[in-house]
Amino acid sequence: MARGDHLVISSGDAVQPFNYAVGLHGSKFFHELKENRRIVGIKCPACGKVYTPPRRVCGDCFVENKEWLEVGPQGVIDTFTIVRYAFIDPETGKQKPVPYGYGFIRFDGADTRFQHFVELNEARPIKIGARVEPVFAEERKGTIRDILYFRILD
Amino acid sequence: MAKKRVAVVGTGQTMHKSHRPDVNGQELIHEAVKTALADAELTINDIDAIVIGNMDHFEGINYVDCWSVDGSGGWMKPIIKLTTGGTTGSTLAIGGYHMVASGLFEKVLIIGWEKNSESDTTGAITTAFDPIWDRLVFAGAIAGLAAEGMAYMTEFGITDKDAARVSVRDRKHACNNPYAQLRQEVTLEEVLASPMLSDPIHLLDVCPRTDGACAVIMASEDVAQKICPTPAWVWGTANRHTYTYVGDLNLGEIDSMKYAAAELWKKTGITEPRKQIDVIELYQPYSFAGIIWIEAMGIIPRGKGAEYIWSGATDMGGELPINPSGGVIACNPIGATGLIRCAEACTQIMGKGGARQVPDVNLAVSTGFGGCFWTDILLYGKQKPDF
Repeated sequence: MARGDHLVISSGDAVQPFNYAVGLHGSKFFHELKENRRIVGIKCPACGKVYTPPRRVCGDCFVENKEWLEVGPQGVIDTFTIVRYAFIDPETGKQKPVPYGYGFIRFDGADTRFQHFVELNEARPIKIGARVEPVFAEERKGTIRDILYFRILD
Repeated sequence: MAKKRVAVVGTGQTMHKSHRPDVNGQELIHEAVKTALADAELTINDIDAIVIGNMDHFEGINYVDCWSVDGSGGWMKPIIKLTTGGTTGSTLAIGGYHMVASGLFEKVLIIGWEKNSESDTTGAITTAFDPIWDRLVFAGAIAGLAAEGMAYMTEFGITDKDAARVSVRDRKHACNNPYAQLRQEVTLEEVLASPMLSDPIHLLDVCPRTDGACAVIMASEDVAQKICPTPAWVWGTANRHTYTYVGDLNLGEIDSMKYAAAELWKKTGITEPRKQIDVIELYQPYSFAGIIWIEAMGIIPRGKGAEYIWSGATDMGGELPINPSGGVIACNPIGATGLIRCAEACTQIMGKGGARQVPDVNLAVSTGFGGCFWTDILLYGKQKPDF
């Protein structure tokens, strides 16, 4: 069968109108990022774990988090991969920018990891334990893309 | 505690392939159901309820519980759909076990299926992850696994060659399994020379995409031995979920496996899993998991997994064969994959494994894994449990 005979389900030029709420805790994170280039986390009153991204409830303890802290902006790569295989990102309809560094970054003062792009730089190869800092977008909109990527410091 | 003890009395699988354009979903499901009913020497009229599932969004069509009745045999029967991502197949087995163990249903037909050839797998998997925090860098199932493998490699100094040994094992075992999609041996050199998909994972370290279905019939102790002279008794099940965002995971050791396995051993009286268990069907979507996850399972101390693999202990003929079927690396119809592990483990107990049979299996384990790093685990015995 020729390719053209296949049933194609397409939205044409239309986009899917998902409109996700990020919640009050997520909003505070993005507000601080946009306005002050600050990274914030939140601490569980029971176990003391500091969450970034911040969230209302510590799932382990099942109690409400209340204490906001500034973390980072520097951090350390806990683990990473370099994504090399090409695929279409369903979020954008475009190919992901392979190869790219995919870092699990623990901001100084935080206990959970923040996922973002990490630069691929031959002079400073990406590795576990490397210190990194975010490179902020000049024009910030209050989204995760207000950080362009993380730069390796050592 | 279960009100009724439960046994697997029949299993059925399709001949798994990369593409099955000759059948639609109902027909693929029917092949597995027909085979399982024949294996148990039952008819569809004997079945009291059906549990069915596959991956959300994969084929772009939902409600398999409704549209599959022609193939599943579910017409005018109680049907429940379960879908939990990669663990769907093992969750189906646990769900079916719960239904029979409750005493409410005597004979339950459990079905997992997938037509990956009709799916945008990575696109569909992406919908399981948080749109705000996870998706910017997200890259399907492989990248998270790669980050796990990288963390473990760095901590213990193993290499991709150690992991390749796992892939060599499973691909060799698959040659004994007529149902497996990929039945071709590979060498360590071929694994290491295959393209790097996401460091440190090579193409030959990971599972394929498969079209296939699997069906398992579970029955209560009131009828199990009348149906099947050597049923596989379900000794126990456990499962764990651990994360909200991917960055919350303790990548490098798999906490969900650690806690699920510990619970299962405790409640079934297993004190030395390495010595007591005869065979494991591990839901192992990439080779590094064959090292990391058996440590989390308590088979071997942390950091010693690679050495154990190289010893040959997990090969056919070894102390504790893992994946006599060839496992997930050889065959991965995702919604069926965890249920195939169940069917294969029970096949070993029943002694019906043919060329892939491990001698004298009394206790067998199957697991399930989802890209969100959760774990299902089930233990089966040749003897009826006395608890």
